[in-house]
Amino acid sequence: MSIRHGLLALLEQGPRYGSQLRTEFESRTGATWPLNVGQVYTTLSRLERDGMVAPDGDDDAGHPLYAITDAGRAELHQWFERPVDRTSPPRDELAIKLAMAIGAPGVDIRAVIQAQRHATLKAMQDYTRLKAQALIAVESGVGQETHRGRDDMAWLLVLEQLIFQTEAEARWLDHSESRLVRLSASAARGATPPQAGPSEPSPAPAAAAGGRKPRSASARFGRH
Amino acid sequence: MPDQSHLPQQPQQPQQPSRIQPVLQLEQLTRVHGSGATEVHALRGVNLSVLPGELVAVMGPSGSGKSTLLTIAGGLDSPTSGRVVVEGTDITRASRKQLATLRRRSIGYVFQDYNLIPALTAAENVSLPRELDGLSARKARVSALAALEEMDLGHLADRFPDEMSGGQQQRVAIARALVGDRRLVLADEPTGALDSETGESVLALLRARCEAGAAGILVTHEPRFAAWADRVVFLRDGSVVDETMRSGAESLLAVGGPDAAGQAGLK
Repeated sequence: MSIRHGLLALLEQGPRYGSQLRTEFESRTGATWPLNVGQVYTTLSRLERDGMVAPDGDDDAGHPLYAITDAGRAELHQWFERPVDRTSPPRDELAIKLAMAIGAPGVDIRAVIQAQRHATLKAMQDYTRLKAQALIAVESGVGQETHRGRDDMAWLLVLEQLIFQTEAEARWLDHSESRLVRLSASAARGATPPQAGPSEPSPAPAAAAGGRKPRSASARFGRH
Repeated sequence: MPDQSHLPQQPQQPQQPSRIQPVLQLEQLTRVHGSGATEVHALRGVNLSVLPGELVAVMGPSGSGKSTLLTIAGGLDSPTSGRVVVEGTDITRASRKQLATLRRRSIGYVFQDYNLIPALTAAENVSLPRELDGLSARKARVSALAALEEMDLGHLADRFPDEMSGGQQQRVAIARALVGDRRLVLADEPTGALDSETGESVLALLRARCEAGAAGILVTHEPRFAAWADRVVFLRDGSVVDETMRSGAESLLAVGGPDAAGQAGLK
């Protein structure tokens, strides 16, 4: 669905031809989701069938142009207004893998988790690197309502989405690991799992509330 | 304890030309708290080197040894065995006086709660370590102002801590950590008390200082902040169990970005 609406959004800015749509889609999203020109033409012909776009002559170089129709515009605005459906999540390979790893013979689930954490963190490092560059590009072009400025900003948003998504995954892995460790420790003791509670204090709120760590006073300026 | 034999016990350090000396080297570091039945092994043979220009993040669950590693690296605690070499000096063998000098001249700290002195302005806070090091007040101020300017914080020079936001205070704390010739910065959850975007600006500054030649260790439990580092080291039960390097600059140029439209995607 997102290709269909992505193309409509680009066509709302004026008539365009197929490979131009592909280039503009990718420069908005930083080639994160590459399109092939075949997908673009298939989508355009479906949009034409549904009355959302119409042929609009050729440009000077003879490329056949498409224009958005009123029905297409209405569909596009509905798309912006309608939240993305989160009630039927796509299959997630990692969730399936961990679910299957529980109790699987010869599989060390902590090793599975660690291998994934490695890959996830590495992806985050790479995205963050790209993001640092994107931030510089966006900040150097602040206030410029240019085509390029919009592309840089769009790319930054897409990168940050990837970063937050990988972060959620890393957090979930940490959480799963500590849960598994706690459960297997209590199973080993033959005891019921301990109540979740003060055993793993989160450092942030305590210090945010103004408490100084005792060691920092003596640490200041390296003096004893 | 599950089998960990598949995990690297001593992760490879990146290959570097041998003439570049690490700013910090931790060798076979162990730290045992208590003894007998209550003995706790906080660190079990940790090796870690940080080169100039490098930011290393240390992650791990509570009790994995992250904070112990940082306090030992900064000379605030002593290891049970192993070596801590800062700028070529083994601080585990240094006299009290040498250690104090080294800490003043070579090591900067950044804490979660900023630790600026409330009665001093930003410039005075930053010049304090230089004055303690024997510089005249005037020279110390010049060097503090230069450090603040270099980090685009010059406009904060005459503000007191309570006149600055948390993010501004933390950036001033980074300036203080790296004023003068100091180029080792040890940051313990520096973003812990900041909102997401402000935390990021602090990380961006830390990253920039490392790119300018400093060496940094960042202890954090936030993957998103750890991702600013060149290397992420994972501690578990006092041992380094894994580390990730970011991809090289060349491979990054090949992916994504508005300029890359039409090229292959990120994966």
